[in-house]
Amino acid sequence: MIENFDLSLVDWSRGQFALTAMYHWLFVPLTLGLAFIVAIMETIYVRTGNPEWKRITKFWMTLFGINFAIGVSTGIILEFEFGTNWSNYSWFVGDIFGAPLAIEGIMAFFMESTFIAVMFFGWNKVSKKFHLLSSWLTAFGANLSALWILIANGWMQFPVGMKFNPDTARNEMMNFWDVALSPVAINKFLHTITSAYVLAAIFVVGISAWFLLRKRHILFSKRSIIVASVFGLTSSLYLVWSGDGSAYQVAQKQPMKLAVMEGLYEGKEGAGIIVFGVLNNDKEYNDDQEAHHFKVEIPKLLSFLGYRNADAFVPGIKDIVEGGYTYVDENGQTHTALSAEEKMKRGKMALNSLAAYKQAKADGADSLQHASLQSLEENFQYFGYGFLNDPASIIPNVPMTFYSFHIMVALAFWFMLVFIVALYFVYKNQIEKQKWFLRLAFVTIPLAFVASQCGWIVAELGRQPWVIQDIMPTVAAVSQIDTMAVKVTFFLFLIVFTALLVAEIGIMRKQIQIGPKDE
Amino acid sequence: MIDSTYILLQHYWWVIVSLLGAILVFLMFVQGGQTLIYSLGKTEDKRKILVNALGRKWEFTFTTLVTFGGAFFASFPLFYSTSFGGAYWVWMTILFAFVLQAVSYEFRTKPHNVLGKKTFEAFLFINGLLGTVLIGTAVGTFFNGAEFTVNKMNLTNPDNPVISQWQTSWYGLEAVLTFHNVALGLAVFFLSRVLANLYFINSIDDEIIIPKAKKSLLVNTIPFLVFFLYFVIYLLVKDGFAVNPETSEVYMEKFKYLHNFLQMPLVLIVFLVGVLAVLYGIGITIFCKISTKGIWFAGAGTILTVLGLLMVAGFNNTAYYPSNFDLQSSLTIFNSSSSKFTLKVMAVVSIMVPFVIAYIWYAWKSINNKQLTQKELEEDDSLHVY
Ligand code: HDD
Ligand code: HEM
Ligand code: HEM
Repeated sequence: MIENFDLSLVDWSRGQFALTAMYHWLFVPLTLGLAFIVAIMETIYVRTGNPEWKRITKFWMTLFGINFAIGVSTGIILEFEFGTNWSNYSWFVGDIFGAPLAIEGIMAFFMESTFIAVMFFGWNKVSKKFHLLSSWLTAFGANLSALWILIANGWMQFPVGMKFNPDTARNEMMNFWDVALSPVAINKFLHTITSAYVLAAIFVVGISAWFLLRKRHILFSKRSIIVASVFGLTSSLYLVWSGDGSAYQVAQKQPMKLAVMEGLYEGKEGAGIIVFGVLNNDKEYNDDQEAHHFKVEIPKLLSFLGYRNADAFVPGIKDIVEGGYTYVDENGQTHTALSAEEKMKRGKMALNSLAAYKQAKADGADSLQHASLQSLEENFQYFGYGFLNDPASIIPNVPMTFYSFHIMVALAFWFMLVFIVALYFVYKNQIEKQKWFLRLAFVTIPLAFVASQCGWIVAELGRQPWVIQDIMPTVAAVSQIDTMAVKVTFFLFLIVFTALLVAEIGIMRKQIQIGPKDE
Repeated sequence: MIDSTYILLQHYWWVIVSLLGAILVFLMFVQGGQTLIYSLGKTEDKRKILVNALGRKWEFTFTTLVTFGGAFFASFPLFYSTSFGGAYWVWMTILFAFVLQAVSYEFRTKPHNVLGKKTFEAFLFINGLLGTVLIGTAVGTFFNGAEFTVNKMNLTNPDNPVISQWQTSWYGLEAVLTFHNVALGLAVFFLSRVLANLYFINSIDDEIIIPKAKKSLLVNTIPFLVFFLYFVIYLLVKDGFAVNPETSEVYMEKFKYLHNFLQMPLVLIVFLVGVLAVLYGIGITIFCKISTKGIWFAGAGTILTVLGLLMVAGFNNTAYYPSNFDLQSSLTIFNSSSSKFTLKVMAVVSIMVPFVIAYIWYAWKSINNKQLTQKELEEDDSLHVY
């Protein structure tokens, strides 16, 4: 029907996916982290038999329940959006990508929704032990769902364990464990869940600080702060460690993303990490302007973190577009990087070979069929480049990625400081007197959400134009529907989700004001 | 060239997906119940009981829908990309209705919920109405066809690489122009209300609600039967979308679905037992004044009936998602499935399903041992009340 491709269709579809994913991600990390914090609190209750801990558990559980409901309602859309808005993608990689989604449903969502019912409806109906077990299983269920979806997402960043089948025109899974245990996926999982634990811990510390400021529920708040700070501080260490792991994976598998995260245009040996910097927005990848107006740098650290070698060469944006530098692949072999132009040529060759293969097969031309298949296989690693026309189009949005990355990292250290100071004051038994700190702790709550969203902006915007690294660009992934239809649903989502968010915040605030109920 | 393991797996996965779909239709009694909260619950108190009775089950329906989606994606990705990406408006409307539902139970009575109790009740009603009618109508297209083309070689054209393309600008809404689709939608709608009444009779103890539910049961059974019988009779006499197993060519066959029933006697038995069980469940509740077990018969019957229908749609060389626009684009369980390897991996995963069902059963038994009463909602303050 529509002959030529409408670019704004892709942009609206991207906007819609980003909108819905980011809304989902407002609620998910709190679910992931709070589930564990509640389970820890209930464990203390069951161990000590002290009803005060039951009160603490129940209060945070109420907030958990409110947040959970809206997390579920924003999740269902995402799952089906792969079909509705990314239909070409769904066929091209559905053979691999569908499995984690299905496993997530069977393994994780049922576990979560069953045991959450016991958590909420079972207090006086099941034994204490079974109730406690249910709280832990809810937490595990939630984290299990994170595992499977992040395996799916990790696979998009670093596609492994599959082979392209020219007869079905899609990628087919060859090795399940390569997909499930890919280092990118495992790192992503660890980093994401620990970030969720930190976010939830900041939430608990912040709300408790607010109670202390109001001089309400003093003992309750101190106890909550202790549990959350210990949990948060421990998680922070893992968070930074796994963040480093993520960056290492990015350096190996998505060098362009790494270059953009740091605003590094010209590659160099012994590259440093920017602690603080302001980008020059007029910079083009191939001109001579400075990339940053201003920067504070730790020398050699980027080379060290990215390649575990302080003098390693880190390619910049310009190098990756123009090629010509040498790099070492996973098997230890040295290659000279191709230019984007060359990759696009090979990608086009792959597309043409696929067409020729099909034609030859239909005509029964055996030798041509064989030759085309061989050419397709040789060039398949550049398949996605065949859909691109401009070498510069392989550069993601630099400012968004750069600033998001630096905000996320800076906040990680800030959160750590908050946990340490909170523990220190609790230990000194004077936390309720430190009004300035309590206020800071309270205003840190939104920052945790900011850091978390920034992380996803780095991961997702930083991999543009790819929906599957090197194999399928976003433009080729989209469903062919009316742009108008996507616009309408975009605004519907915006209105509905915002209304629900406002309602959620209203309810949360009220429940917090009411505070923990007496047993 | 015929790979019988692959064919077996394709059939296995069609059964699993059909079973999930069938369980979903049964669990949509929650949606049916949501459309009854106004007529059965004239006062705030009564409505509260109804909402709480449903509120303990909504997650199952929802999770089953999500799992159904995931399993369909994993096993028949071409359906996922063709139907969802084309019949955009139908699926999006269904999804919006479920988004609204998911928050409504938890938020409805909470103070400061901004939108107000009435709005959340309206959300529940909207979900109940649209969810059932549209899902039924969408499944109707399995028998009547939709307007799309599939051409996998589009992928080699960088200017327009989209494989599945929809061919009307109504993006799925055109399904309502075929009355046979709508008849199935309405049958599902009234069935969900029938099941909801049976569920209330089983799980609520209240002398005002129960007599009303019994009356409502009768009132909804009649239109259910009318639309359902219309759907089935027309199905048996209409032409169907047959596939030539040798050439994979799709062609129209007279009385295809009748033939499918007759050529697959086991499916016919499943279907007939299902229909009888639904009728039996309704019957004992209407005629035997004290019986509260109707939901079990009608529920199991619903599962069998839907299972039977979906197997008729997909088995015996039938195209389960036919295209009216281009017959040869029609989807069959063979041309739309995942690779053999993926189906195998998923088959291993499916071994966990009985285990999942077992823990769901155990957990619910341990917290749901008596009927819900107003007294319980008011007095037991350890209870989580919606
Ligand atoms: C509270 C939130 C939070 C905090 C404080 C941090 N992160 Fe993070 N980060 C995330 C929350 C997050 C996330 C939301 O979980 C992301 C998004 C996608 C992902 O895999 O995790 C993420 C992604 C992400 C990525 C991109 C991964 C990819 O593209 O696949 C890198 C390189 C880092 N992080 C590195 C770090 C480092 C070095 C940190 C601190 C020293 C850090 N993050 C703190
Ligand atoms: C919940 C956390 C997530 C957030 C906040 C998030 C964020 C985003 C953002 C901001 C975009 C827009 C990118 C752009 O416009 O260029 C995007 C796109 C996308 N993301 Fe994610 N993402 C999340 C998780 C995932 C996961 C788990 C997957 C896959 C399983 C995924 C798949 C996609 C796809 C298919 C697109 C559309 C293509 C694109 O525009 O890049 N996302 N996401
Ligand atoms: C774009 C990819 C995503 C899709 C398709 C998706 C899908 C869904 C769906 C359908 C639900 C509702 C499940 C139910 O019925 O209970 C849900 C909830 C949930 N999702 Fe996502 N999700 C995505 C991203 C993520 C990410 C990145 C995470 C975690 C790292 C995550 C973690 C969760 C959790 C813990 C829940 C439980 C409910 C809640 O938080 O309220 N999801 N998701």
